[in-house]
Amino acid sequence: MNNLVIWPIIIPLLTGISLIFLQKNRVAQKSVAVMGSLISLFYALFLAYQVKTGGILVLQASAWQAPFGISLVADVLATLLVVTANVVATACLYYSFKVIDRKQEQFYYYPFLFFLLTGVSGAFLTGDIFNLFVFFEVMLMSSYALIVFGGTKPQLRESVKYIAINVLSSALFVMAVGYLYSVVGTLNMADLAVKIKEANQVGLLNTVAMLFFIVFALKAALFPLFFWLPGSYSAPPAPIAALFGGLLTKVGIYSLIRVFTMIFAYNTGYTHTFLIWVAGLTMVFGVIGAVASMDVRKILAYNIVSAVGFMIMGLGVFTTVSIAGAIYYMIHDMIIKAALFLLGGAVITVAGTANLNKMGGLIKNHPTLGWLFFTAAVALVGIPPLSGFTGKLLLIQGALGAGQYWITGISLTVSLLILFSVMKIFLYGFWGEAKTSLQVKQGSTKGLLWPTALLIAISLFLGLGTEFFYPYVETAAQQLTDPSDYINSVLKE
Amino acid sequence: MELLISLLVGFLFASAVYLMLSRNILRIIVGTGLISHAAHLLLMTMGGLKRGATPFLGQGATAYTDPLPHALILTSIVIGFGVTAFLLVLAYRAYNELGSADINDYRGLAEDE
Amino acid sequence: MKTNNLILQTITKFVAFILLAYSIYLFLAGHHKPGGGFIAGLMTSGALVLLYLAFDLKTINRALPYNFRNLAGIGVLTAVLTGVGGPVLDYPFLTHSFGYVNLPLLGETEWATAVIFDLGVYMTVIGITLTIILAIGEDS
Repeated sequence: MNNLVIWPIIIPLLTGISLIFLQKNRVAQKSVAVMGSLISLFYALFLAYQVKTGGILVLQASAWQAPFGISLVADVLATLLVVTANVVATACLYYSFKVIDRKQEQFYYYPFLFFLLTGVSGAFLTGDIFNLFVFFEVMLMSSYALIVFGGTKPQLRESVKYIAINVLSSALFVMAVGYLYSVVGTLNMADLAVKIKEANQVGLLNTVAMLFFIVFALKAALFPLFFWLPGSYSAPPAPIAALFGGLLTKVGIYSLIRVFTMIFAYNTGYTHTFLIWVAGLTMVFGVIGAVASMDVRKILAYNIVSAVGFMIMGLGVFTTVSIAGAIYYMIHDMIIKAALFLLGGAVITVAGTANLNKMGGLIKNHPTLGWLFFTAAVALVGIPPLSGFTGKLLLIQGALGAGQYWITGISLTVSLLILFSVMKIFLYGFWGEAKTSLQVKQGSTKGLLWPTALLIAISLFLGLGTEFFYPYVETAAQQLTDPSDYINSVLKE
Repeated sequence: MELLISLLVGFLFASAVYLMLSRNILRIIVGTGLISHAAHLLLMTMGGLKRGATPFLGQGATAYTDPLPHALILTSIVIGFGVTAFLLVLAYRAYNELGSADINDYRGLAEDE
Repeated sequence: MKTNNLILQTITKFVAFILLAYSIYLFLAGHHKPGGGFIAGLMTSGALVLLYLAFDLKTINRALPYNFRNLAGIGVLTAVLTGVGGPVLDYPFLTHSFGYVNLPLLGETEWATAVIFDLGVYMTVIGITLTIILAIGEDS
């Protein structure tokens, strides 16, 4: 029993609830939101430190013992991701203060933001497959509400599709849980990791694994299930898109990593080879979309897709190094994607359009924005001092170490194309002739830049402070490839 | 009994897919509702069907059904209820704004504007 | 628009109260028998929706001048705080407790903290259902 684990879920939840009652009072709403986000962030840091020094923490909710009740498990991976999610949410919150107008605040914008964070943190911390579904739904319900915020026509259009697809994938999730339960007879992840090897039902379990793959791949936007992402993620306002880009797909990837390392790891020749193939295709198709598009938001949304490919490549290769790479890359990507989406929002505010053909010369009036964007873009691709480099290095090291040469080649080629796709925004948007017609109604970037600067600083820290940060990631990867620690901490009580 | 319910689940899935592939948004919503019902029924069947006992294990009870699938279904029903309600409101708003309940009119991307 | 819905209104006056009474029964039965906060909340909101249908929005809003969104908030808050009671008293999150007391008229009666949690669920369901239905209903 350890109640420390529950607070990363409860703090945002309570903040969200109290914000419902403060709907009328803008100042109180903002101050409570700031306080809640800071408490939540610092608590997450504290928990991560506790877990790193003191080992895995487990809470058996309402004192039901392990395989029967709901376990909440804080291992290093979960806490690292909870910290990152809090960082992203906090930055998006501060950015929202400038972007979300009074009318939208009336529609419970901030409560939903915190409920989303609740769902994301819960999904990271839970140790039970069905509970994972529940937290997925908490997160998705908030995202449904957030994606229609503002109620413009493209948003309504896209959100109908987004919700329909997610409802379908939720139904598949329930089915997959049902099949798994009928084969193995338990839903606790630690218990599953033990019992699945004894079940001796390889064919049936492969089917279940693939069903889970489809469910999580839909959320994580893997090939061929990424078709919904570019439309949905480019419709809502920048802070919401940044939250989605930073958090939602990553929860899908986290679930894939969790499920395909701890539970469905008995037949890696089949499942993980499949994952490598999918990873390669996801990278390629994502980057093709990014290169082909001329819309700032679309380019960034397609980049999410190709980044997902990199993480799944790490999972598919399935060595400790490659999984450490996947985790490192995931943390880096959560931060830098959120930063890019926020900066993209600022670019659109400044230029008054999302179309690159109609932009140009922004660097003259907005040098800070320009160089921040440049840094974020370079970090995304993985130029050394920044955070993307370490992740990619580990991924490639892992893949080469396991003899997966062609996927390494693909990932390097794709990296180059990613560089081209984001530099395109820089070249078209910031350099070149200023388009005169737009000079008239230029928006201001006041208050929009410092949250993103913060994110980029963290990315820089992740890159320069690899020495300090890598042990955490390595422990997280070790706990995944050798789940005995996890199993013992959950089942021993 | 399991066979019968499995056939029913299959039928529900088929109807749900048929409805979800149609163009009217209301039919799609009904389809999503049906598909979650089918999933719930499947979950119940997967837990093993047993008659004559409640899923409660009282003191001295000799027979009981596995309560876990029931708990899962209940949770899932609550979630399904919330999502369907939200989707209906959204469809209503979308119909008002876009002037159509036909999903074909929901095409078109942001750059058209 | 003035339609004559005398029959509906007359019946509603009775049926709504039967529904409300049954929902309270369901709520209390939920601890050991089928029932509980969710289904009771749906039943109550069913009764309220029936009232909204039979009479009009204005009349009912005058009779029930509450903000249902806040009700949902209070409900979630109640449920979460019942859970938080565990950690505060150094038990795992969501731990519940029960016991028996002798009440004057009822004799030996069971009390359970799970009822408070259920009450939270009950309020949340009413709040959210009515918010959603009124969101469409108020739009004309």
